[in-house]
Amino acid sequence: MNRQDDRPVDPATGGGAHPTRRDAKDAARQDEIRLETAAETAGGEVPPPAVPATTAGLGVGPGAEAPLMQRIMTGNALVAFLSVVLSLILGGLLIAVTDQEVASASSYFFSRPQDTIAAAWTAASSAYIALFQGSVFNFEGDTFTRMIYPLTQTLTVATPLICAGLGVALAFRAGLFNIGAQGQILIGATFAGWVGFTLHLPVGIHLLLVILAGMVGGALWGGLVGLLKARTGAHEVILTIMFNYIATNLVLYFLSTPAFQRPGSTNPISPQLDATAVYPPLLGASFRLHWGFVVAVLATVFVWWLLNRSTVGFELRAVGANPSAARTAGVNVSKGYILAMAIAGALAGLAGVAQVSGTEKVLTSGVAASFGFDAITVALLGRSSPWGTFAAGILFGAFRAGGVAMQASTGTSIDIVLVVQSLIVLFIAAPPLVRALFRLPAPGATRAGKGGSSTSTTPTPASTGAAA
Amino acid sequence: MKLELIGITKRFGSLVANDHIDLVVEPGQVHSLLGENGAGKSTLMNVLYGLYDPTEGEILVNDKPVTFKGPGDAMAAGIGMVHQHFMLVPVFTVAENVALGNEATKAGGMLDLQETRTRIRRISDQYGFDVDPDAVVEDLPVGVQQRVEIIKALVRDAEVLILDEPTAVLTPKETDELLGIMAQLKADGKSIVFISHKLREVKAVSDVITVVRRGKVVGTADPSAPTTELASLMVGRSVSLTLDKKPATPGEVTFRVQDLTVQAPNGQHVVDGLSFEVAEGEILAIAGVQGNGQTELTEAIMGLQDHVTGSITLNGNQLLGRSVKEVIRAGVGFVPEDRSVEGLVGTFSVAENLILNRYDDAPFARGLSMSQSAMEQNAQAKIAEYDVRTQSAQSAAGTLSGGNQQKVVMAREFSRPLKLFIASQPTRGVDVGSIEFLHRRIVAERDGGTPVIIVSTELDEVLELADRIAVLYRGRLMGIVPGTVSRDVLGLMMAGMPADEALAQAHDVQGGDL
Repeated sequence: MNRQDDRPVDPATGGGAHPTRRDAKDAARQDEIRLETAAETAGGEVPPPAVPATTAGLGVGPGAEAPLMQRIMTGNALVAFLSVVLSLILGGLLIAVTDQEVASASSYFFSRPQDTIAAAWTAASSAYIALFQGSVFNFEGDTFTRMIYPLTQTLTVATPLICAGLGVALAFRAGLFNIGAQGQILIGATFAGWVGFTLHLPVGIHLLLVILAGMVGGALWGGLVGLLKARTGAHEVILTIMFNYIATNLVLYFLSTPAFQRPGSTNPISPQLDATAVYPPLLGASFRLHWGFVVAVLATVFVWWLLNRSTVGFELRAVGANPSAARTAGVNVSKGYILAMAIAGALAGLAGVAQVSGTEKVLTSGVAASFGFDAITVALLGRSSPWGTFAAGILFGAFRAGGVAMQASTGTSIDIVLVVQSLIVLFIAAPPLVRALFRLPAPGATRAGKGGSSTSTTPTPASTGAAA
Repeated sequence: MKLELIGITKRFGSLVANDHIDLVVEPGQVHSLLGENGAGKSTLMNVLYGLYDPTEGEILVNDKPVTFKGPGDAMAAGIGMVHQHFMLVPVFTVAENVALGNEATKAGGMLDLQETRTRIRRISDQYGFDVDPDAVVEDLPVGVQQRVEIIKALVRDAEVLILDEPTAVLTPKETDELLGIMAQLKADGKSIVFISHKLREVKAVSDVITVVRRGKVVGTADPSAPTTELASLMVGRSVSLTLDKKPATPGEVTFRVQDLTVQAPNGQHVVDGLSFEVAEGEILAIAGVQGNGQTELTEAIMGLQDHVTGSITLNGNQLLGRSVKEVIRAGVGFVPEDRSVEGLVGTFSVAENLILNRYDDAPFARGLSMSQSAMEQNAQAKIAEYDVRTQSAQSAAGTLSGGNQQKVVMAREFSRPLKLFIASQPTRGVDVGSIEFLHRRIVAERDGGTPVIIVSTELDEVLELADRIAVLYRGRLMGIVPGTVSRDVLGLMMAGMPADEALAQAHDVQGGDL
C-alpha cells in the first residue's frame, strides 16, 4: 500500500480539511462523507445524526469508524437472529402466496376471508414443519435411526459449510474479504482427491495424507491471493473472484486428462477414492455423517484459539482492524495478509476434503457445489466469530437438508430456501432496516433527536467536529 | 442582529450535552465560547444552526423567538457557520462551492455562475480575502479554503458567523490573518461566535468570553482575565500552565542522524539531507508547520518509510534498513502523530492496546500462546499508574477520550526500557488537564536519562518542553537553536529563514533580548 499519496508535502498546496495523514482508504471514505454533507448542508436540510456529538467526538467508536464491510461482517448478534426470523416470516408469506389452495380460497376472499387465512397458514406451516422434519427430527419415523436421520443429514451438509465459513471469517478478521472459498475448496478437493485415488497407502496414513493434501491445496490457492495482494497491492476481492474462475476451469481441464479420469472412460469424473482415503462414518453405515464433522468441530476450536488466544491471531486481528497501527507496532502487514489467506485457504481446503472424501467419494467438477459462496453467507451470519460461524453453518445445513424433504413432502420448491437464505443476507447487510422493523435503538445512541426517527449512524462533520 | 439563546438543553438519551445554556450575542461583538473537548460547545452550535432540535429552551433573533428546522432556516435568519472540517466539494471551483445549494439560474435552468463570481469578488475585495472565484478548492491552501467558507456565509447575508475551532488547522501566520479578518467583520457590524480551546487566541479577539464545562455555562470572563484563571475555569480545577522543568543535564550523545534523505514517490525529497544529534537526558523539539517533513522523519527513524538514505544510529547501531519490530526492540519508544490511526486499534480493548507492540514478548506470550492474565495484570497496573479514565480494561480503546487514548499510547511506550523516545504531536486534541500530565511524564523520561525527540507544530508546546529546538522547512533543517529562543525567531525559521539570519533579524527588531 502506498501511504504517501495523500500526504501533504508542501504547505502551500497540501493540507485540505484534514491536514493529518490518514490511510488512503480512510481518507477516501472521509472525503465521501464530507462530500455528502457538503451537498446536504448547502441545500439546507440535514437530518440530525443519531450519535450524540459528544460521544461520537470521543474518537473512533467502532460504529463510526468501521468501514461498511466491517460493520456488516461483525454486526450485532440480535440483528443476525432477527434477520433469520424476519426471513422465515417473509419466506412463509411467499409460500402461502404461491400455494394452490390459497389461490383458490382467495377467489372468494371477501365472502369468507378465514378460508384464505387458514389455507395460507396451512401452506406455510406445513412447509416449515416439513423443513424441520427433514432437517432436525422426523417424528413420523418408525425407528430411532429414521427419526434422527435428518439431523445427521444436516450435520453432514453443515461440515463443508463450517470449514469454508471459518476460512472466510478468519480472512475477514484480518481485513480481507475472501470471496475465493469456492476456488479454494475446488483446489483442495482436487489435491485431496488425487492423493485419494492415485496413491494406495495403509489405513490411517492415507486419510491423513488426503486431509493434508486438501489443506495444502487450499492454502496454496488462498496464499497466492495473499501474496499478490501483499506484493502488488491488487485487491483481494478481484483476485479471489478471478481465482474462482481459474479453479473451476482448471478442475474441468484436469478431469479431461487421463491422470484424473477413470481408466477407459472419457467422462469428466475421477475414479472412486480408495476406501482407506475416505472419512469413516461417524455413527455407523446407516448414516452419511462422517468423521469430517469432528474435523470441522476441531477446526472451529482451533480458529477460536488462533484468533483469541495466540500471537498470530493478535497480529491478524490488528492488521484487520487497523493496518496502520499494526504496522507502527511492528507487525509485518504483508506477512499477515499472506498468512491469513493461506490459513483461510487451508480451512476451505478442509471443506473440499469433506466433500471429496466424505460425501462424494469421487472428484467431479461439481464437487464444491455452491458451498464456497454459501460460506460467505455463513461467515456473515456468524459475524465472523468461530462459534457464530459454526452455528450459522449448521443452520444453513439444516436449510439445505430440510429443503429437499420439504420439496418431496409438500411440493414447495427448494428454491424458497434459497430465497430465505438470500433474505437473511439482505437483512444483515441492512441493520437499520431490521432495527426499524423491530423498533430497536440504534447502536451508540439511545434516542435520536427528532423523535427517534433517524437511524443513520453516519457521523456528520457536525459530530466529528466535536473531536477537536 | 442580536442573537439570544435561552435555557438551551440538549439531551441524547441519558447524556446531557447542553444543560440550560444562556448566551447573548450582541451585534458587532466577538463572543468566544471556551471549553474543553466534549464540553458541549459544538452541540450548542449545532442546535443554533438547526442541525439539532433543542430538548428545551428557545432561540431569539432580534428578540423574536425562532425555530430552525435545518441549516436552511438558520441561514435564512442570517446565521452562517464555518465548520471545523470544511464543507467544500474539493473538485469544484470556489464559485461553484459558493453557489451550491443556492444556485442562480438563467433561462432553461442553466447555471448562472457570473452573478456568484461578482459577489465573491466584491466580498473578497471588501475584506481583502484575495480569493479567485475560479480556483479549484482542492488546490487552495487550508487558510484560503477557510475564507471560502466565510464567503459562503457572507454571500447568504449572514449577520452572525459561527466559527468552530477555526484555528485548529491553520499555521501561526494564517491564524494571525484570520484574527485580522475577524476584526474587520466585527468592524462591519457582524457578530462572531468564536469556538476555541486556545486561550491565547480567545484572549486576543474576544469581547466577551463564555466558559462551558460539561454542558453548563460555568461563567463569563473578561478577555483581560489572566490565562491561568481562564484555564482553571475551563478545566474546573487549578492547572499550572508552566512546567517546573529542571535544566537539562545532557549526557553522552547516543542518537545520531546523518545526511538523512527521504524520497517521496513523486521523486521529491520530503526530508532533505538532515543531520542532528540527541544526547541522553535532553529534549530536542522539532518545530515546523505541518507537512514539512516531520512525519517522514519520524517514520524513517521507526523503519516505516521506504526510499531512505543516510544514516541513523542509536548507541552506535545502525537503525536504517531495520524492520519496525527491530527498531522497537532496539529500545525506541514512539508516539505517532495520529493516535487513532497509527497509535491504537480502536476496536481492540485498552488491555490489548497496552501491549500492542509487546504482544509476543514475555510475559504476555509463551510461544504462540498469549497469556490473558498477564495482559490483564499489565492493564490494571498501567490504568492505575496513568490514571486512564476507562470503564474497564476490556473497553474498546476507541471509546476513550483523546486524552485518555494518548495516555494509553504513552503508558505502552514507557512500559519498556527506552534508549530513545520519540513523540509526534504528543498533546494534539488532548484536554488541558491531560496535557499537564503527559508533559510531566515526558520530562520525567528525560530526567531518567533517555534522549527525547518531540515533534510538534504548536509553538507553546515546543517552547514548554524543548532543551533545544530544530526547525524544519520543506524537509530541510533551518538550524538548531536553544530552547529559550523567542517566538519571533521560531516564526521566521518556520517560514524558511535559516537560524543565523532569523536570530540576527529578531535581534535587530527587539534590540537583542534573547
